[in-house]
Amino acid sequence: MASLKDMRVRIASTKATQKITKAMQMVAASKLRRAQTAAEAARPYAEKMGAVISNIASAAAGSPGAPVLLAGTGKDRVHLLLVCTGERGLCGAFNSAIVRLARERALALVNQGKEVKFFCVGRKGYEQLRRTFDKQIIEHVDLRSVRQLGFVNAEGIAKKVLARFAAGEFDVCTLFYSQFKSVIAQIPTAQQIIPLVVEEKASSAPATFYEYEPEEDEILGRLLPRNLAVQIFRALLENNASFYGAQMSAMDNATRNAGEMIRKQTLVYNRTRQAQITKELIEIISGAEAV
Amino acid sequence: MASFHFDLVSPEKLAFSGEVDQVDIPGVEGDFGVLAGHAPVVAAIRPGIMVVTQGGTHQKIIVLGGLAEVNEKGLTVLADVATSLEELDRQAFADRIAGMEAKLAEKEGSELDRAIERLDHFKSIQHELNTTAMH
Repeated sequence: MASLKDMRVRIASTKATQKITKAMQMVAASKLRRAQTAAEAARPYAEKMGAVISNIASAAAGSPGAPVLLAGTGKDRVHLLLVCTGERGLCGAFNSAIVRLARERALALVNQGKEVKFFCVGRKGYEQLRRTFDKQIIEHVDLRSVRQLGFVNAEGIAKKVLARFAAGEFDVCTLFYSQFKSVIAQIPTAQQIIPLVVEEKASSAPATFYEYEPEEDEILGRLLPRNLAVQIFRALLENNASFYGAQMSAMDNATRNAGEMIRKQTLVYNRTRQAQITKELIEIISGAEAV
Repeated sequence: MASFHFDLVSPEKLAFSGEVDQVDIPGVEGDFGVLAGHAPVVAAIRPGIMVVTQGGTHQKIIVLGGLAEVNEKGLTVLADVATSLEELDRQAFADRIAGMEAKLAEKEGSELDRAIERLDHFKSIQHELNTTAMH
């Protein structure tokens, strides 16, 4: 049986933990707001870019000279999984959910006789994937020192991916990240980025006939690598918002659990204290009677 | 004067959105102006200065490459980087040019050609900045 002093110490330490989780929750909430605005600000560009590309690509896809980023290498033997996760933990199942999706996909591909390679963005995903796929991880980018996610970061990653694609190291590239739906819902998502999947537009809208300056394929040649960076940038921003959302709800849970724990501990503490007082009283009374 | 809708978006934000009278765009194959009712066109942009005319006022925006799309709904510019003239840090810009010049020596072949071309675009922006600064 723990002494009263031990119990007091334990309650105090639980209270300190609760203060920390509460503070983390509030920090995550304010950072979430900023991350969310950043994710929303980036949306128009990504959307317009997608619209322009699908406009041009639908015309160019059938032609024999279509760029490889759009048409693919014609094989799908080697798959590159670009896994974007967070840099820090204490955010519930956020990182493991993305990693689980990537791992399931990898195992399915291996069963089909395909070769799988990993490109990890973020420390947490790298650490988790290293346990099972150590040899297949070909590159790992750490964004821990980055304070404000900029387009430059995404561009750097895109450049590395493109260089490896140009060297013929893989045929298909899939991006894994967590889509931000709301504070309580983050959906791990897989998106194929090489070759690009062009969304089929509703046929009701007649395609505008554009003039191109310079030629279509040259514009497409500039646009496709750019688009890759844009998609990665969007994924990073969505991830960032999801991370703070997940951390906020995880810390909210932790704060509530700590509150519950404090309540229980205080109850036991008070009971023990009262029992001890009663015991002392009985001792005094029976002592007095005996005299 | 008839106006049309103009959106300027960069990866980080929507930099401009509204009704304008005219936009002059530095295209890779030459500058061109867009007025209301322009034919649909998709054009690549070189690093340069874009002039937005809106009810008699001119606003200069520096774009470092990108893509312009004109359709019946208006003009959309996807800029790699878009900074208005007032926001531009001239010192940083000059430093960047110096950095590009220093890197030229490491490059060769077609990469060198492209770097020189890009440097020329940057220098012409700087020249224009310096000559118009007095006005």
